Amino acid sequence: MMASVAQRLRYRDTSSRGSPPRTAAVARHLALRGAAILYLGLIVVLPVLAVIREGFAGGLAALREALAIPYAWDAIRLTLITSILAAVINAVMGTALAYVLVRFRFPGRRVLSSVVDLPLAIPTLVTGLMLVSLYGPNGAIGGWLAERGIQVVFTKFAVLLALLVVTLPLVVRQVMPVLQELDPAEEEAASTLGANAWTSFRRVVLPAVRPAVVGGTLLTFARCLGEFGSVVLISGNLPGKTLTAPVFIFQLANQFRPAEAAAVATLLFALAFVLVLVTARLTRRREDA
Amino acid sequence: MSTPIVVQDLTKRFGDFAAVDDVSFTAPAGAVTALLGPSGSGKSTVLRMIAGLEIPTAGRIFMGEEELTAKSVQDRGVGFVFQHYALFRHMTVSQNVEFGLRVRKESAASRRARVDELLELVQLSNFAGRYPDQLSGGQRQRVALARALAPRPEVLLLDEPFGALDAKVRQDLRRWLDELHRELGVTSLLVTHDQEEALELANQVVVMHEGRVEQVGAPAVIYDDPATPFVAGFVGAANVLHGQVREGHVHLGAFRLPGADHLDEGVAATAFVRPHDVRVAADQGGDARAVVERVATLGWLARLTLTLDGGETVVAHVPHGELHGAKEGDLIWLDLRNPKAFVRPETAADEGATIAPEEVPAS
Amino acid sequence: MSAVAARDAVPTDLERARRRRRLVRSLLVIGCVGYVAVLLLLPLIGIIRTALEPGVGIVRETLTLPEVRHAFYLTGIITVITVVVTTVFGLIVAWVLVRQRFHGRAVMNALVDLPFALSPVTVGLACVLLFGANGWFNEFFAARGIQIIFAVPAMVLVTIFICVPFTIRELVPVLEEIGLDEEDASRTLGASLWQTFFKVTLPNIRWALGYGVALTTARAIGEIGAVLIVSGLIKGKTETATIFIFTAIEERQTAEAFVVALVLAAISIVLLVLLEAFRRRSEKGRGHTT
Repeated sequence: MMASVAQRLRYRDTSSRGSPPRTAAVARHLALRGAAILYLGLIVVLPVLAVIREGFAGGLAALREALAIPYAWDAIRLTLITSILAAVINAVMGTALAYVLVRFRFPGRRVLSSVVDLPLAIPTLVTGLMLVSLYGPNGAIGGWLAERGIQVVFTKFAVLLALLVVTLPLVVRQVMPVLQELDPAEEEAASTLGANAWTSFRRVVLPAVRPAVVGGTLLTFARCLGEFGSVVLISGNLPGKTLTAPVFIFQLANQFRPAEAAAVATLLFALAFVLVLVTARLTRRREDA
Repeated sequence: MSTPIVVQDLTKRFGDFAAVDDVSFTAPAGAVTALLGPSGSGKSTVLRMIAGLEIPTAGRIFMGEEELTAKSVQDRGVGFVFQHYALFRHMTVSQNVEFGLRVRKESAASRRARVDELLELVQLSNFAGRYPDQLSGGQRQRVALARALAPRPEVLLLDEPFGALDAKVRQDLRRWLDELHRELGVTSLLVTHDQEEALELANQVVVMHEGRVEQVGAPAVIYDDPATPFVAGFVGAANVLHGQVREGHVHLGAFRLPGADHLDEGVAATAFVRPHDVRVAADQGGDARAVVERVATLGWLARLTLTLDGGETVVAHVPHGELHGAKEGDLIWLDLRNPKAFVRPETAADEGATIAPEEVPAS
Repeated sequence: MSAVAARDAVPTDLERARRRRRLVRSLLVIGCVGYVAVLLLLPLIGIIRTALEPGVGIVRETLTLPEVRHAFYLTGIITVITVVVTTVFGLIVAWVLVRQRFHGRAVMNALVDLPFALSPVTVGLACVLLFGANGWFNEFFAARGIQIIFAVPAMVLVTIFICVPFTIRELVPVLEEIGLDEEDASRTLGASLWQTFFKVTLPNIRWALGYGVALTTARAIGEIGAVLIVSGLIKGKTETATIFIFTAIEERQTAEAFVVALVLAAISIVLLVLLEAFRRRSEKGRGHTT
């Protein structure tokens, strides 16, 4: 009861007693709230409603038809698989990166930390070009690999590569603050109790950062599902092979087939939504256990 | 600059829950009034309603002749000191102190003069250019006080001002606030859960419990003449003994205590006896017999933990010279003085347990 | 193992363990640095090399092209409008979310994150559905002769949609952490709500606000999927810098595309430096340290 009283006291008291200064204050509060609702309603809700309505306009039949569009299912499947792969790899590497950046001292640590944030600031299209310039047939690494018969660009691997670059900071930035809060003494205590480094990492650090890793992974997954800019230039967009769902939707929209585009978009969104929910529930149940 | 504060039937509800229930009292002009009570008693809420930071559900607030109830915070002319200082972290000490004056658009010269005056008053003149995160807790609170006093408020409200400070700093500041108030004479309202603080600083104490006023009075009255069982138990340490009223006495098994004349015959009653009112009887015979369980030496006092015939535990604070050779394991006679008897409250307390924190009075 | 043998064995065991740990550490560090190098550092060098391959003069040549200048100009306009709108309204939404209590607050909170869940392509699509030929609002605007879709207004709208969460997500934790006390104190000292906001609240959130603005700027400059769909690709009129890169690659003007990309990369690095500076200041102001 006391906690709830304290909680109530945390917010602005907007009960009115009818006096002019109070009514003015309450009016101000409601005006702000109204502005917020209007802004979000017009800018965010309206477009989403439009897509959902259009996408579900034909009911489930329309969604099934959308799947039947040539290369639609291939595109969706490619997107799902690469997104899941990217999410898993990012979870591992992101956690490792976060651990290295927080717990270790080495020359260039600050620079590394800033570089990791680069994908937040760089246009995705530029990221794609960066990858092309290095891994394309004329690039330093791409050329070297081409001589040995290995192609990077215009393959499924290129899609995965682009996704990994673009989502690099997502898990790291979620995990780093948690690690910073975590007292290194806990790991030291584990080692005095006989745990080797790996065990203490597994038993002390991982459980503590698990929510952050899960959150970052879900963010990665959501981001990958919709990624366009970095993928479109490096994958070649070969239908059935390296054409991803977002690029496919783009092509449909450009061909003035908005209804079909909406259907595929809605399908993708629905699939993603289900996957995210299932993952969230699975992880929550294990946390409760 | 001395105005009284009058609070009438003040109530604050959150849904069904009444944080403050029908509270009325007067804080006399120029005096320090303490609002004393445990956490959740509603005392901070009352203070914030007086400041205008919360809106009462019912009731009225007056500052002298002026009714404050409908006024906005800005127009009330009260100074407020927060438990966690609430200093503006991006401003220096002098910028913090002059804030209220800038808002009133006072000239730079008069602001500077006033800031200098106040910083000298709180003994922080050398800290004018520092930032809050460069100050200790005690220094921050002094700045907060200076800031609140700068616009010459008619009333000063302090919300557990020393709650966030270390014990030693708290004591120092308490003494210092006392002197400050003697010098300035501003009507002050102090919220605290520390009864020692209330008794030391206040001219008048309002004891609050679960949103209601239990008693209003001078510190001595609150202490010696508690009006309710809560006040008896909360203010100062007390031994709690349960019994039944017969012929104006509270009967506890083998012995009885006087002081129950005002209670009905046969009623279940609780008697409160302060530890320093429990004395070792010089000869055989006294109010009650007890076995000495433990003798702890606390400086100039001895604290005796005793078990009465009926099994109740009683704590006594006895000066060493008056122990009359009592040792652990002895069966001795006790004199129980100044018992306060009340009808036994509904909520059951442990039999014979001392319910207030035992603080040995400083010698 | 006898006690004597154990005593002799302990130092080397410890040494070996220490050496192993150091090795593992070094491997981890090298592995992570390598990962970042392969994904970011080397490609960054790659693009600098590729862009400047035709010689440094290509930069001036490209940047003097009228369509390139217009592209940067358009990107600038869209970015400025987006930043202003999302900052002002972002402040309002963050304030309402943290300082007010009402039914539907959780919904509002979720709405703020919604743009993260959508592909930019879907956002562009939504805009077409709303303002396109058969769109919901098409008649309304067409009747008044206002062109939304395949013109700058649509591009601004989709960019705003995509940038909605950034400022809000930066402000909310800071506003929560700062709490009401300083604002209460300000009011007891006689300051009006506006005065309190400008003198007390704003200085406390300025670094988080700066971070949100920088992040929004970077995102607005880098937007491609949505603006591409709604722009209509009208050369010289509705091409942003990123759209220019896209069409230039399609039309085999790779040299120009890479130069513009390089310029954008340089701008991003500047923004990144700002981001790091703001983040450090913000954490310091709140009492954390990295």
